[in-house]
Amino acid sequence: MAQIFHRSTNTISRVSIFGGLALVIALTLLVAGLYRSAYVSEIGVARAQPVPFSHKHHVADDGIDCRYCHTSVETSSFAGIPSTKICMNCHTQIWPDSPALAPVRESFRTGQSIQWTRVHNLPGFVYFDHSIHVNKGVGCSTCHGRVDQMPLTWRVNTLYMDWCLECHRAPEQFVRPREQVFNMEYEPPENQLALGQKLILQYDIRPLTGCSTCHR
Amino acid sequence: MTTETSDMQAMRARLASARGKEYWRCLEELADSEAFAQMLREEHPRQASALAESVDRRTFIKLMGASLALAGLSGCLSPAPAPTDEKIVPYVKQPEELIPGKPLYFASAMPLAGYGRGIIVESHMGRPTKIEGNPSHPASLGATDVFMQASILDLYDPDRAHVLNDAGRIATWDGFLASISGELAYQRLNEAPGPAILTETVTSPTLSYQLQQLLEKFPKSRWYQYDPAARDAARVGARSAFGAPVDTMYRFDRAEVILSLDSDFLFFGPAALRYARDFSDKRRVAGRDSTMNRLYVIESTPTVTGSMADHRWALAPRAVVAFAKAVAKGLGVSDGGAGPAAGVDERAVNAIVGDLQSRRGRGIVIAGDHQPPAVHALAHAMNQTLGNSGSTVIYIEPVEAQPVDHGQSIRELAAAMEAGAVQTLIILGGNPVYTAPADVKFGELLARTSLTIHLSPYENETAALCRWRVPEAHYLESWSDVRAFDGTASIIQPLIAPLYGGRTVHELLAALLGEPARTGYEIVRGFWQQQSKARGDFEQFWRAALHDGVVPDSAARVRQGAPAQGRAASAGAPDTEAAKTNSEAAAGSASLEVLFRPDPSILDGRFANNGWLQELPKPFTKITWDNVILLSPRTAERLGIGRRIATTGGERGNIYAEVVELEVNGRRARGPAWILPGQADDCVTVHLGYGRARAGRVGTRLGFDANAIRTAGALWQAGGATVRTTGEEYAVACTQFHQVMEGRDLIRAGTLEQYRRDPEFLSGKEEDEHAGSLYPGFKYEGNAWGMSIDLNACIGCNACVVACVAENNIAVIGKKEVMRGREMHWLRIDRYYKGARDNPEFYQQPVPCMQCENAPCELVCPVHATTHSEDGLNDMTYNRCVGTRYCSNNCPYKVRRFNFFQYQDFTTPSLKLMRNPDVTVRSLGVMEKCTYCVQRIRHAQIEARKENRAIADGKIVTACEQACPAQAIVFGDINDPNSRVSKLKNGPLNYGLLAELNTKPRTTYLARLKNPNPELEKELPRG
Repeated sequence: MAQIFHRSTNTISRVSIFGGLALVIALTLLVAGLYRSAYVSEIGVARAQPVPFSHKHHVADDGIDCRYCHTSVETSSFAGIPSTKICMNCHTQIWPDSPALAPVRESFRTGQSIQWTRVHNLPGFVYFDHSIHVNKGVGCSTCHGRVDQMPLTWRVNTLYMDWCLECHRAPEQFVRPREQVFNMEYEPPENQLALGQKLILQYDIRPLTGCSTCHR
Repeated sequence: MTTETSDMQAMRARLASARGKEYWRCLEELADSEAFAQMLREEHPRQASALAESVDRRTFIKLMGASLALAGLSGCLSPAPAPTDEKIVPYVKQPEELIPGKPLYFASAMPLAGYGRGIIVESHMGRPTKIEGNPSHPASLGATDVFMQASILDLYDPDRAHVLNDAGRIATWDGFLASISGELAYQRLNEAPGPAILTETVTSPTLSYQLQQLLEKFPKSRWYQYDPAARDAARVGARSAFGAPVDTMYRFDRAEVILSLDSDFLFFGPAALRYARDFSDKRRVAGRDSTMNRLYVIESTPTVTGSMADHRWALAPRAVVAFAKAVAKGLGVSDGGAGPAAGVDERAVNAIVGDLQSRRGRGIVIAGDHQPPAVHALAHAMNQTLGNSGSTVIYIEPVEAQPVDHGQSIRELAAAMEAGAVQTLIILGGNPVYTAPADVKFGELLARTSLTIHLSPYENETAALCRWRVPEAHYLESWSDVRAFDGTASIIQPLIAPLYGGRTVHELLAALLGEPARTGYEIVRGFWQQQSKARGDFEQFWRAALHDGVVPDSAARVRQGAPAQGRAASAGAPDTEAAKTNSEAAAGSASLEVLFRPDPSILDGRFANNGWLQELPKPFTKITWDNVILLSPRTAERLGIGRRIATTGGERGNIYAEVVELEVNGRRARGPAWILPGQADDCVTVHLGYGRARAGRVGTRLGFDANAIRTAGALWQAGGATVRTTGEEYAVACTQFHQVMEGRDLIRAGTLEQYRRDPEFLSGKEEDEHAGSLYPGFKYEGNAWGMSIDLNACIGCNACVVACVAENNIAVIGKKEVMRGREMHWLRIDRYYKGARDNPEFYQQPVPCMQCENAPCELVCPVHATTHSEDGLNDMTYNRCVGTRYCSNNCPYKVRRFNFFQYQDFTTPSLKLMRNPDVTVRSLGVMEKCTYCVQRIRHAQIEARKENRAIADGKIVTACEQACPAQAIVFGDINDPNSRVSKLKNGPLNYGLLAELNTKPRTTYLARLKNPNPELEKELPRG
């Protein structure tokens, strides 16, 4: 009796089994890689804004403190985007005729808000609070990077949950003294872990990893 | 499909034979009906029926495999994909006091039926999102009722009137003013009758002043008032007792014995919140020498107040009058009439009389708003005789601007319109075409009136017949003022500019007075400035009044002295209505009395378009989205009306009721009949507010219109009714049959006497037997949140349920889905009956999530969407949930809710403004549940941790706790031995629901205690 299957069937079946498996793995890796790539996470992608606002200029050159514009960062969940009035505090005197600032003057004149494009965007089911982080010694640059070196602003971290948990599980790696929170040039010292442990006790830092800490 | 007609005869026989459970939930359970048992068995009925036939292994695996595969798919649905280029829109000039991300709170007042209750409104970036009570307002004391909570939804209702309308054409305010002022000037010159004005109850000082000015300007004008739920009888009763209009205020905080003659003082009326607080404060026990007040209730239809009674008698309306007379006679007030007091329980009367007399000056006799004036006059006389007047019963100058008999007033207006004496009719609020009694024929008359103006937030039935329809601003958009039940005035301040360009009544009247440019702010402020010339610094006064929500020293003057005519008044009191009822009832013994009552959820129909209130299960009947004709079990049996429970395809909660036709004096209404234990025999109750023709997309064509059989002469009760079966059926969405807890010992109750003998008498020891678990326990090192619910204080008013809906963005799902048992309320109120079928005792039990320490739900979630938090909450992470519903299956309390469909309205723009920004809006395929308002907990924690301090007890208040008028709910940290909740949980009355399952619930209950009169208890069989 003749064989039902040709000998090559062995090869075909091996290739299709292992090849199929490999394909699934490759696809998974591809999706995972894509998910972490700048294409999705937008790390390093500078967003166009209605006014080409430069943190580099305002922070590094002019030495303006973060809180001059982000007024509610120490008290509220939302750090606050400056009102047009805050811009105009200075820009009625400095560069009052600059064409780049035309939208700001327009806004101030008409009462229509400037529409900024969000750079750091969290999903609607995440309730992040700036004030508690700032008060417990998490520096601006820890999450937002060296904003003082950004002509236009971009993201330096994914803001994914595993990234949040990195710190929530072991905050001693990242916390800094409160007086250094707004210091853009702060570098963690050699003994960061020892300092972190000390600050955790000093500030009574209790990093929570329960779901309702952020999801409600 | 299984259906069964629960034949009342058979049920009765079964009832007689079986001893019956001590506590029961509905008639079918009491009788162990087969269909009912069937419904209980079917937990997830659709699937259950699919698997009912024997399933082979292959099919089973196929089904499970498919569900597993699909379960993952549903997780792919992103609830609201965040746009990649989301915009941030900052202020141009940020208001000084506003911090983005932090709500602001403003004091105001909510006017309802003319009277105000103080509120504190939470505002997020200019959007009012939540209403709480104002602790410094006498009518609120920090509590809210269902209407205050739900009024926020009315503000954002997309069906509100959007434009000014001139006989069907869109018009402008200026065009309206030009037309109207021309017309009025013409009328003035020609000495025409002048405009007639129709308002609801008015207490607003500014409005009252404006109306007086208008009447001066047009001397031939008349001001009529009609409020379908007006308290005419109380007014007439007081007038006949005092010879002058007088308002009555009750001091339940001083009362030890209360006799309620059909008064639902804990739920209805402008002072209900205050009375509920004062009443329940007198029922708390702490230790053996505690005392409680004692409440006797005589009523015809079950009410919230009746459910709190220590002794309750269900009597037909005429028997209530007879009972009142018998008690009055016992107290030596009047001769009680010539006729014998038939059907009056002598023993009960004597016990009540004895109790009232032994506590002179510490008792209250209160007559219901719907009782005839004679009963009110009797109550005044009884309070006078007992020395209660001046101590527990306070008489004050009337709070209303012009106390008139509203039934009389609307008839006068109708007569004037009939006679053609009304050329111009200005209707300020209200919906008289729908609410006016049928015999007034208001709609026909209105259509004949030449110039009609209607100021209303809705394009309702009345607006449809009026020429000018002016959209009215919501009270959260208005400057106004209002007085509370005790006369205390509050300034109403707007939280948001009118969404649809609405005008306030003040602006309209100012325009009629020739000052069209004055804004609401200028009018109200101007009035108070003029009032307070003697007060000194007005600016300071104005700011304080706005900030505090009350105008200081504005309460009505207490009237000194007794009823002017004393006993004589009560003996000669107008007895016409009662007499009429009696004679009518005597005419045919087979005939029934009909009681008209405002609906407990939507009142007279003014909240008909409010989905939160429509979906709120009504007390006792637990019906949503409909009104029914309530009958007592015995009357239903006599009339041969049954009720079928149908479990069509597993659709539980779907009750087919028999449609009956109710005829009163030739007027007919058809509606589903509903058998309600505790209803008096030979009378039926119908609720107003349904059968609306033009309510909006939510409220139009729900239920039947009871106004069709209501006449001006008999606003609250009519005799001579007949009920005829039609053979039709009607599906009612009722949550009564849902989540039945299999007859376990869920309610614990006893008497004060037993408690004094042994405070521990109700505490169960069985919980300890099952201690221990295979799972390692949790350690709660920081806070451990817990809740205590005092069943002794809870009146079952539903305020907590609506507060929860408002705080947690809970969706409205509609009647069809409720009939499938899918209502989304995180907090429900279960009600149980105990004792005799015809007059049972009522028990109500709010059931939120128990936040079990050994939570069955957490263990079965395949994706860790529900987990245990550090402080002992059963967290629910919506974005992780894939919708397996295993958790709901495993929950013994059935407090988890699943989004079977896209219930949330993500598209209507105005509803987006309403939502609480601190709570995720859930989408299709997600389980949701109570988390003790975790957003409030986390917020308080963050604020405390920023300052490195502990959270003080009472700093975190859950939405249900905050709303509760009886302060029955206490939330706090059980790790703190000094917290209120710890102390309550350590008390002898504390017990856990189904604690024998070793779930270790964090929500526990305090057992209910009653304080029955020993004289009445003696001969009654116990248990």
